[in-house]
Amino acid sequence: MLNEPILQIENLRVSFRIQNEFYAAVDDVSLTVHRNEVLAIVGESGCGKSVLALSIIGLHPQERTRLEGRILFRGKNLLSLSTNELNQIRGKDIGMIFQDPLTALNPLMKVGKQIEESMDYHTSFSSEDKRKQVLELLKKVGIPNPEQTYHRYPHELSGGMRQRVVIAIAIACNPALIIADEPTTALDVTIQAQIIGLLKELQQQLDTGIILITHDLGVVAEMADRVAVMYAGEIVELADVYTLFSRPLHPYTRSLLHSIPSVQTPREKLHVIQGIVPPLPKLPRTGCRFQSRISWMDESAHETTPILREVEPGHFVRCTCYKNFYFPHDRIGDMEYGIS
Amino acid sequence: MLKFILRRVVMMIPQLFILSVLVFLLAKAMPGDALTGQLANNPKMDAKTLMEMREKFGLNDPFYVQYARWIKNLLHGDLGLSYIHQQPVTDLLAGRMGNTILLSACILVLTYLIAVPLGVVSGRWQDSWADKLIVGYSYVSFATPLFIFALIMLFVFGFQLGWFPTGGSVDIQIEKGTFDYYINKMNHLLLPSLSGALISTVGIIQYLRSEIIDTKLKDFVKTARAKGVPESRIYSRHILRNSFLPIAAFLGYEITGLIGGSVFLESIFSYPGIGQLFLQSIMQRDYSVVTALVMISGLATLIGTLLSDIILSAVDPRIRIE
Repeated sequence: MLNEPILQIENLRVSFRIQNEFYAAVDDVSLTVHRNEVLAIVGESGCGKSVLALSIIGLHPQERTRLEGRILFRGKNLLSLSTNELNQIRGKDIGMIFQDPLTALNPLMKVGKQIEESMDYHTSFSSEDKRKQVLELLKKVGIPNPEQTYHRYPHELSGGMRQRVVIAIAIACNPALIIADEPTTALDVTIQAQIIGLLKELQQQLDTGIILITHDLGVVAEMADRVAVMYAGEIVELADVYTLFSRPLHPYTRSLLHSIPSVQTPREKLHVIQGIVPPLPKLPRTGCRFQSRISWMDESAHETTPILREVEPGHFVRCTCYKNFYFPHDRIGDMEYGIS
Repeated sequence: MLKFILRRVVMMIPQLFILSVLVFLLAKAMPGDALTGQLANNPKMDAKTLMEMREKFGLNDPFYVQYARWIKNLLHGDLGLSYIHQQPVTDLLAGRMGNTILLSACILVLTYLIAVPLGVVSGRWQDSWADKLIVGYSYVSFATPLFIFALIMLFVFGFQLGWFPTGGSVDIQIEKGTFDYYINKMNHLLLPSLSGALISTVGIIQYLRSEIIDTKLKDFVKTARAKGVPESRIYSRHILRNSFLPIAAFLGYEITGLIGGSVFLESIFSYPGIGQLFLQSIMQRDYSVVTALVMISGLATLIGTLLSDIILSAVDPRIRIE
């Protein structure tokens, strides 16, 4: 049923050096993205999802980063490529959409030129062809007057328009994979809906795989085919989107879903997950990493070395603590949240 | 753009007016005048002739009358008469002005020629040994006063090694306008301008370095990398262009600094420019020359800031003025 895999991440560990000590921000992550599939990676700030995304195309500063494991893109291990070899893939086979369109564009360059730039290195188009192609792309991402916009500078465009330009850059060379790192976070809600709509439309048109990094579960429900939930650098749950929303298992996933305010059932207080994701050097390295934030649970509920287990076909969960997890303030609350 | 420049030029008028009043009042407030010294030094001068001369030059009029007369002449391009040199200030400045502009231009060009590559290297390869060396140099040059450094340069390269002439702007025996004349002039310029430039690079190096280090981490650089743009083009097209903005703005400030610097440099290298004249005139209380020079340097400062604004609006589309 799924298409052929285009990206396989195997046991990826990404560590950063902080004062001569390496700390893993992404730990033992294995994921597969298929052609024409949207894989969402969700989690709070600091859980390692953006780090994961950037390491796929090698955007971390080399001198402070250690990458272990394998990232296979069309059979090639991206981690063993040189920067020059990687440049052949960046922008051509893998496009990247960044979070903040206000800062993602060079303020001194016309937007047309910025879209054209990726074609400079990946195609042999004449400059006239490139221009035509850019106008075509601008039309494709829903910019009303491509000719004028071509000659605009980023500051002359609204946030939504700029994000469309960023998307145009990402799809300029028809990539097989698009990495969208929180593409709607910096936009206001109505624009968010437009951009999500655009991404969905483009994905169907271009037949690409998308890795969608987000903390917005609404966006996940709207777009994703499969969802990986990350906490403290690890994947804690992986399932297709329907399963995840109807039968979430891991306490972290359930807490996240529980935090969505519902219109139907009036609640007095918004549910919040206790505590924060610990800073990188203080990240727990053994046992269930979520343990400290569900401290009311009995310690024996956790595994000592939790692994990702397949509990039903295509549904993976880490740690056994999900089996008798409950929220302290409403013991009945297990089934009523979520989007049905 | 033209409208913007015009508006800025018009805005300079009140600034220049205020400057002129201040300069005039300060000059008047200084004790004595050009004739005071004459009484002591010149045996032919007695109190009576002094009074007559004061009357003749209008030095006994109320200050606002004197100011009005001065400003009226100024607008006609008449900067008054130098009491010491007994010739119009404009004639006095004519030759020296060219020399100072030449020296300043040389310093400016050398400063940028030295500072920009150093700044780029030290920003791009931050924390490398080259960076540490460059930062070290810029701190040393920052801590060294110009007049001491210039004296050392003069002593070592002028007197000890004898590589460069030690004073003047050109050897007198050389015929004006010949090829040798220009070579000779350049030879005289080299040591003072090198001394000035080596000291004034610190600002640009440090600015450029921290700008590049800052810009390297900007999101749009990540975007460019994600496009597969090679590293050299990342720098030339994205990082450097953005990092040069404050350097462009620095140019105006740089011009102001040159005027101050030329006072030291010209005096030390006995280079006949307005800086040297300025110092001499203050010591001799030749106020018509002093006020003229202060007005000129004020004007140069204003033109410098105007230049900065124009350059900045030319390179940064965000502040382009319609």
